[in-house]
Amino acid sequence: MAEEKKFAAYICKGCGLGERLDADKLAGLAQKEGKMQVVKQHDFLCNADGVAMIKNDIANEGVTHIMIAACSRRAKTEAFYFPNNAVARANLREGVIWIRPDTEEARETTQDMAEDYVRMGCAEVKAMTAPGGNVNTGSNRTVLVVGGGLSGMTAALEASKTGYPVVLVEKSGALGGWAAKLWKRIPVHEPFKAPADTGVADMAAQIAADPNIKVYLNSIVAKTDGAPGRFVVSIATESGNVSTEDIGAIIQASGFELYDANRLPHLGYGKSPNVVDQAGLEALAKAANGGPILRPSDGKPVTSVAFVQCAGQRDSTGEHLPYCSGYCCNTSIKQAMYFKDGNPAIDTTVIYTDLRTPGNGEDFYRSAQEKGVIFTKGKVGSVAASGSACTVNFHDLILDDQNAQIEADLVVLATGQVPNSGINIDMSAEEKADEAAAEAAASEAAASSAQPVQFSKKVSVLNLSYRQGPDIPQFKYGFTDSHFICFPYETRRTGIYTAGPVRRPMDMVQAREDATGAALKAIQALENAQLGRAAHPRSGDLSFPKVRIEGCTQCKRCTVECPFGAIDEDEKRFPLFNESRCRRCGTCMGACPVRVISFENYSVDTVGSQIKAVDIPDEFSEKPRILVLACENDAYPALDMAAMKRNEYSAFVRVIPVRCLGSVNTIWITDALNAGYDGVMLMGCKHGEDYQCHFVKGSELGRYRLSKVGDTLKNMNLETERVKDLEVAITDIDNLPRIINEYAQTIADIGMSPFKGF
Amino acid sequence: MTDVVATNETILVVGGGISGMTAALEAAETGKQVVLLEKNPALGGRTSQLYRYFPKMCHPTCGLEINLRRLKANPRVRVLTQAEVTGISGSAGDYTATVKLTPRYVNENCTACGACADAVKTEVDNPFNYNLGKMKAAYIPSAMAYPQRYVLHPSIIGTPDAEAAKAACKYGAIELEQKEETIEIKAGAVVWATGWQPYDAAKIQPYGYGRYRNVITSVEFERLADPHGPTGGRILRPSDGKEAKNIAFIQCAGSRDENHLRHCSRICCMASLKQTHYVREQHPEDGKSTIYYIDIRAIDRFEDFYQKVQADPSVTFVKSKVARISEDGNGNPVCWGVNTEGYKRYSNPHDLVVLAVGMEPSVKGVAIPANVVFDSSGFIEADPANGAVFGAGCASNALDVNRAVQSATAAALRAIQVVNKVARAEA
Repeated sequence: MAEEKKFAAYICKGCGLGERLDADKLAGLAQKEGKMQVVKQHDFLCNADGVAMIKNDIANEGVTHIMIAACSRRAKTEAFYFPNNAVARANLREGVIWIRPDTEEARETTQDMAEDYVRMGCAEVKAMTAPGGNVNTGSNRTVLVVGGGLSGMTAALEASKTGYPVVLVEKSGALGGWAAKLWKRIPVHEPFKAPADTGVADMAAQIAADPNIKVYLNSIVAKTDGAPGRFVVSIATESGNVSTEDIGAIIQASGFELYDANRLPHLGYGKSPNVVDQAGLEALAKAANGGPILRPSDGKPVTSVAFVQCAGQRDSTGEHLPYCSGYCCNTSIKQAMYFKDGNPAIDTTVIYTDLRTPGNGEDFYRSAQEKGVIFTKGKVGSVAASGSACTVNFHDLILDDQNAQIEADLVVLATGQVPNSGINIDMSAEEKADEAAAEAAASEAAASSAQPVQFSKKVSVLNLSYRQGPDIPQFKYGFTDSHFICFPYETRRTGIYTAGPVRRPMDMVQAREDATGAALKAIQALENAQLGRAAHPRSGDLSFPKVRIEGCTQCKRCTVECPFGAIDEDEKRFPLFNESRCRRCGTCMGACPVRVISFENYSVDTVGSQIKAVDIPDEFSEKPRILVLACENDAYPALDMAAMKRNEYSAFVRVIPVRCLGSVNTIWITDALNAGYDGVMLMGCKHGEDYQCHFVKGSELGRYRLSKVGDTLKNMNLETERVKDLEVAITDIDNLPRIINEYAQTIADIGMSPFKGF
Repeated sequence: MTDVVATNETILVVGGGISGMTAALEAAETGKQVVLLEKNPALGGRTSQLYRYFPKMCHPTCGLEINLRRLKANPRVRVLTQAEVTGISGSAGDYTATVKLTPRYVNENCTACGACADAVKTEVDNPFNYNLGKMKAAYIPSAMAYPQRYVLHPSIIGTPDAEAAKAACKYGAIELEQKEETIEIKAGAVVWATGWQPYDAAKIQPYGYGRYRNVITSVEFERLADPHGPTGGRILRPSDGKEAKNIAFIQCAGSRDENHLRHCSRICCMASLKQTHYVREQHPEDGKSTIYYIDIRAIDRFEDFYQKVQADPSVTFVKSKVARISEDGNGNPVCWGVNTEGYKRYSNPHDLVVLAVGMEPSVKGVAIPANVVFDSSGFIEADPANGAVFGAGCASNALDVNRAVQSATAAALRAIQVVNKVARAEA
C-alpha cells in the first residue's frame, strides 16, 4: 500500500509517569529525534478520552502509524486496539518507573531510560507497516481424513456435520479399523458396569449415507502438495486408479498396529495357540458370538483365563515398548467380563503391576471385582505352554512370592499400541542405517520361518512434497503428539492435524474426543488460510514473511531451519515460501545471513532501528548500555511481572521483545556491539528435550546461531562476557532482576566498550 | 450497565479456566461470536494456580500468556468476569441464559497502578493462594490476572477503607455504588466448562486436615512452591515456618473411595510425582519424598516420568492406603498403615504431609442450571438429551490439562455445529 504515512506519538502521564518523568522532554524527543509529525501528551491516555483522541487523529488527521509511550504492550490492550494501524508501544511503566527507585539519585538514569524507550518506539513504528494479510491463499473447504478407523470416521462425520465436505481415504477394503474387530467396547455411560456395543457399524452406515463424505477404500495418499486452503492430494487406489482432490486441511488418523506379540516368545506367544493377544481374544469372542469362548488348541470351552498386563510395555530394558498404552487395563477387565458374564464359574485372573483405570474406569474395575474377577499384583516372568495347558510364572508382589504360578486354559497378553506415523523425518543417518539393518534382519527372519512378521518397512502416510520430508515430525516413540501441554493440537505442519492413537496411545472414548477436536482445528486452519491469517500460536496474525529474492544467495538456511516446513525450494533453488504454512515465528528471518526476509511489522529493520536509536553515552559517562532481546512470550512477561512486584533492576538495560529467540538475526548483536553497547543479553525459552519454545526449534536454533557470536567478539577484540545467553522461564520474576543486576555488575567490572562514538 | 450483543448464533462458554478459554478461543478463531463467562474476577482458573506442569516441568502461566494474547487479539470473544449462570432456558439453537453479575467496584478506567491497594488497610484471605496468606482488600487477583484490573473485596464496602481506596484512585475507576445485576444472554449453544474443585480434605477425617496444620493439600503445596505464592516459592510448613524436607504424599485422598469420590481423579499420581521434583529442587542434598499409593497411574508416555522418579534415591514408594495420621510433639504428622507389599506395619513421621486430593466437578450434576445428563460423580455425560449444552474439560470428567483442552476443543466444534445450523437456517 502506497498510502501516505503519518506518524503520531502519544505520551501518557498517568500511573505516576507524569511525576517520575519529564514528559515535555519525552515529547520533544519524539518530535525532533523521532520525527513524529503529531506528538500529544495525555494525563490518562487509556481512558475513553485519551483513546478517543487517538481515534480522532486516525479518522480526521490521517494518522497511520502510532507510537504509544505508556505501559507495557501487554497492558491495556483493549484500549489501545488499533487493528488497522501500525502500533509501537514504549514501555515506560513496567519497563522504567516500576523497576527504578523513586529517588533523586535515580532520577537522571530513569529519565535516560524513558527517553531511549521513546526513541526506540519512534524508530520501530517508522520501520513498520500495518500487515495486510497473506494474499497467496486458497479457499478450498474440503477436509481430507486419512484413515477410516474410529478416529477417522469420527473426524469425517464431525466435519461433515459442521458443514464441510470430506474426503476419507482408507487403505483397507472397509471402514472401522481396530474398533470393528472388537466384540464389545468399554462402557461410556453410567453405571459403567458392563461391556457395551461398539457402535462402529452405525458410524459406517452414517458415513455411507452422507453425501458430503466421499470415501476411497483400498486407497492411500500418494502425494500431498500445497498448503492449507490449497492442498492438492493424489489418491492412489489398489486397482491402479489415481484421483486428485483439492483439499483445504488434513486430518491424519492413521491409527496403530498392536505391538507384535511374536516378539514376546518368553510369554508363550507362538508356542501355543492358547496364548493370544487382546486382538486375538476379541476374535475369539466374536467367533463365539455370545456363546462360550473356545480354546483355540482344541475348541473346548475355556474354563480359566489369565490376563498378563503390560506385555511388552512399560519396559525398561530397551527391548520392548517403554510406554504404557493406557487402555489395556480396561480392555482386560472388559475381556474378563466376556467370560464371567457368560459363566461365573470361569476363573479369570488379571496379573498387573499398577492397575490403571482412570475416571469412571474405577467403576468398571469395581464391577469386575464384584463379578469375581481376581486381580493379582505381580510381575510375569514367563508363560510356559505345553499342549493345551499354560502356566504363568510370576512374582507375586503382595506375598513377595518369586515363584508364584497360575494354570490357565487361555493366556491373554495385553500388548500395546504402535503408531502408524509413517517416516520419521528427523531420524539421523545412523538411526536410518540401524533401522534398515533391523528391517533386513526381520525380513530375513520372515523368509526363513513361517511366522508372520508385522515389522514391515515404514511407508509414508501423507507423502508430502515438502522439502523437509514426507510426513509429520514425530514427537516421542513414533507418536505424532504435540509437545505442548496447553496446546495438544499444536502441529508442526500447518493445516495438518493428527488424531487418535497415531498421536498418543489412547482408548476409544479419547480417540473420539481427539478426532472431534482435530476436526475443529482442520476447519479453523482452512478458514484462516482463506483469510490470509496465521494459525496458532500467532493466530490471526496478518503479517507474513516477504523475501527480497534478488538478494538471496541460496544458502538454504531458511528452508532447512523453518520449524514448520513452510519453505520449499523452487526449480532455480530459491526459497519458495508457502505463506499459508507459515506460523510467523521469524526463524527464517533470524537465519538469513543476507537479511532479505522480513515481516511488515517485524523485521531486521524494526528491531535494528531500535537498537540504533538508543543514545550511547561516551566511554567516560559511567553509563553503560546493555541490550536485552527478550522472548515476548516468557521473558518479557516475566520482566513485566517483576515490575508489578516493583523488583528493581539496572537502569542501563534496554529491552526489546522478540517473537522468538529463533528470529534473532546476529546482525542485531553485531550492530549493537559496533554501536558501543557494553553488553547484550538474550533471553529465550528452554530448549532440549523438554523444550518450552512455542515455535518448537526457535530457541534452539537461535542459540546455535548465537554460539557463533564468539568469533565476532574475538574479531572485535571484545570479552566473551559481552554477550550473554539466558534460558528464562515466565516465573523468573525474582531471578531475572537479580541476573540482570549481576550482569550489569559484570559489565562494570570488565569496563566500558571501546567501540563508543564510532 | 453491561451490554452484551449476543444472538442465537453466539456460543456461550461458561467458565474461564483453561478449558473455557480454549473452547472460547478455538470457536472465535474459527470465526464464531463467543461470550465467555467467569465467576471469579480474573480468567485462568485452577491451572493458573499451579507452579509447574507434569511431565515437562514447564509453567502453566506460559500457556496462559499465549491464551491471553490470543484473547486480546480477538474481538470476537466478549469476556464477562464475576458472572455466574443461574438459569438456562430454551433449546438447541435458541437458549437464553440468566447471568448474575457481582460487583467488582472497579470499572474499566482502572490502570492497575495499585494506588488503591496502598491506601487500603484491611487484609483478607488470598483465594489465589488457597487462603495461605493474606492480601489487601483492594487487590489484583494474580500477576497474570486478566482483565488486569483491581477488585475491591465486598467486606470493605461501606467502610472507610473503601472510601480511602476511592480517594486514592486518580482515574475515577472506583465505583462503590455498583450493585449486583442480572442480565440475559442469548446463545445458540452452550459450552459448560466450570471445571473442578479439590475434594474437601476435611471430610477424610482420619487424615486430620484442618486439625493438623502440617497436613496440607496438593493444590496448597503448588502455591508453596510458586515464586508468586505466599512463601515466595519456599516450601515452609504452615505450623512454624520451618523448611519442610521430609515430605509425604498420600495418593487417593478422597478418590477411588466409595465413601468419598467413586472415581479415580487421574491426575493425582502424576501431580505427586511432579511435586517430588519441587522437594529435590529445593533440597538436593537432604530432601526426602515418600509416596503412599495404591496404583501409580502414570498413563502412556508419562510412564517415563514415573520411571525417572522411581530411579531417584530421594523418593520412596510405599504401596499402602494410609490408615490415619497423628501428630507428634514436634508438630510432625505421622502416617500410620500397612505396606501391603510384604505386609509391614509402619508409623512414619514427616515434616509435612501432602494429600493428593481428588477432583470433583465445581458445579455438580443437579446444580447445573440446565437439563443435562450426569454421572454418579456429577460430571456431565455426553448425551443427546443435553441438547446443545456441551460439557467440556473437568466438568465432563477428571482430566489432565492436555485432555481437558482436547475435550474443550471438541466441545467447541459441537457448539459450532449448532450455530452453523442456525446460520444456515437463517440464511
